[in-house]
Amino acid sequence: MDSNRILEHPILEFTEGEDLPFSFDGRQLVGKSGDTIASALHAAGVRVLGHHFKTGRPRGFYCAIGNCSSCLMIVNGVPNVRVCVEPLQAGMVVCSQNDRGVLP
Amino acid sequence: MISLPLLIVGAGPAGLCAAYRAAEAGVDVLILERAQKAGGQLVKQTHKFFGSEKQFASTRGIEIAKILTNRLQGLPGRVRLQTDATVLGFYEDGVVTAQVQGQFMKYRPDCCIVATGASEKTLAFAGNDLPGVYGAGAVQTLMNEYGVRPGNRVLMIGAGNIGLIVSYQLLQAGVKLAAVLDAADEIGGYLVHASKIRRAGVPILTRHTVERAYGNEKVEHAIIHALDDEWKKIPGSEQQLDVDVICIAVGLSPLADLLWQAEVKMKYIAALGGYVPLRDADMMTSAKGLYIAGDVAGIEEASSAMVEGEIAGIAATQRLGFSTEKSELLKKDCLQQLRQLRAGPGSEKIRTGMALAGGYV
Repeated sequence: MDSNRILEHPILEFTEGEDLPFSFDGRQLVGKSGDTIASALHAAGVRVLGHHFKTGRPRGFYCAIGNCSSCLMIVNGVPNVRVCVEPLQAGMVVCSQNDRGVLP
Repeated sequence: MISLPLLIVGAGPAGLCAAYRAAEAGVDVLILERAQKAGGQLVKQTHKFFGSEKQFASTRGIEIAKILTNRLQGLPGRVRLQTDATVLGFYEDGVVTAQVQGQFMKYRPDCCIVATGASEKTLAFAGNDLPGVYGAGAVQTLMNEYGVRPGNRVLMIGAGNIGLIVSYQLLQAGVKLAAVLDAADEIGGYLVHASKIRRAGVPILTRHTVERAYGNEKVEHAIIHALDDEWKKIPGSEQQLDVDVICIAVGLSPLADLLWQAEVKMKYIAALGGYVPLRDADMMTSAKGLYIAGDVAGIEEASSAMVEGEIAGIAATQRLGFSTEKSELLKKDCLQQLRQLRAGPGSEKIRTGMALAGGYV
């Protein structure tokens, strides 16, 4: 059980979704149906989604609604995916992005 | 190329209310929504709304999203709500382009209502780019939409309504709060929210700001300090807080990119959050048939966004020649609602801003 998942809440009811296995930089992780890639990574304790192409500083998400482009990652070989709004799917291959990305 | 009478960009409170009023009068409507579901930012608002009954007071935001979406069915006009649809461009010949479920589309609407909302501002301080520095809306999305705790111990920057409400929601989700800071002399949000947080033992420090965030690849600590009368640091007032999230609730800016593309007249109005389009009492911009509603027209509350959406929807309907006897009366009632929502002493900033933008006060 992920300790970052909210199981009890005074107002909201969170039903536990089905498991969606995916990989992150070669590690096998499990998200839940209804997750975005970013929420699944965050629930698994992952905060650093990549490093800035010029400064090398770590990047995480900021807005979580697809506005700010702070959360770009490489998903199934496609770079610059805004993982905060990209629905998680089983079997996705998610990699940190440390450059501007090269289109496949 | 698809020709259509009315295109609405954004299915948040403003866009959904605009669609309702237009379809009610018999206009067919297409709503393009970037996200995977309708409701905009209402989908994470677990608190009960203020305002009057007409703006769903004492109903939770998450419920309002459902009500506004469900009532679009069975109206005289047909409403097509297309999610996963990002509007990309406005062209000088009136063509609007969009990416709809991965496909490039072109539309030529007779009228258009832009209800794209806002984006969160950030704050300048050392280490503000570290993972763990999150917008208040992002924290709300993570907890209330996806059921994931943003961290274990949070420092909240901003004691306006968003900062206070998200602080309380963090406590509800079982997350600890180190403190709520605000650079201003006084708490900006409603005191009813502030007292809930204080009762939970969380200090609200006015005249304080964050100086630095640091940690190994992510936020582990924050340094805060007190401010003097001129908003300068008071030497020796630094404190270290051990937190893994710094939540930024320092306001929003209108998400007006499409309106810049449409080349409508824009004006920088600080009281409304940044550059906003000039508009008339019908919420029409300087481009005929192009309307605005909600936060893109000036940062306010969801309640006024809904009413502005209704006004834009009715006005577009009238322009399209679909107006009924009821239209003018409905619009008058909406204007009256806006006046009430903006009447309080706390709304002086909004009234000043709206007057500068040409809007209804």
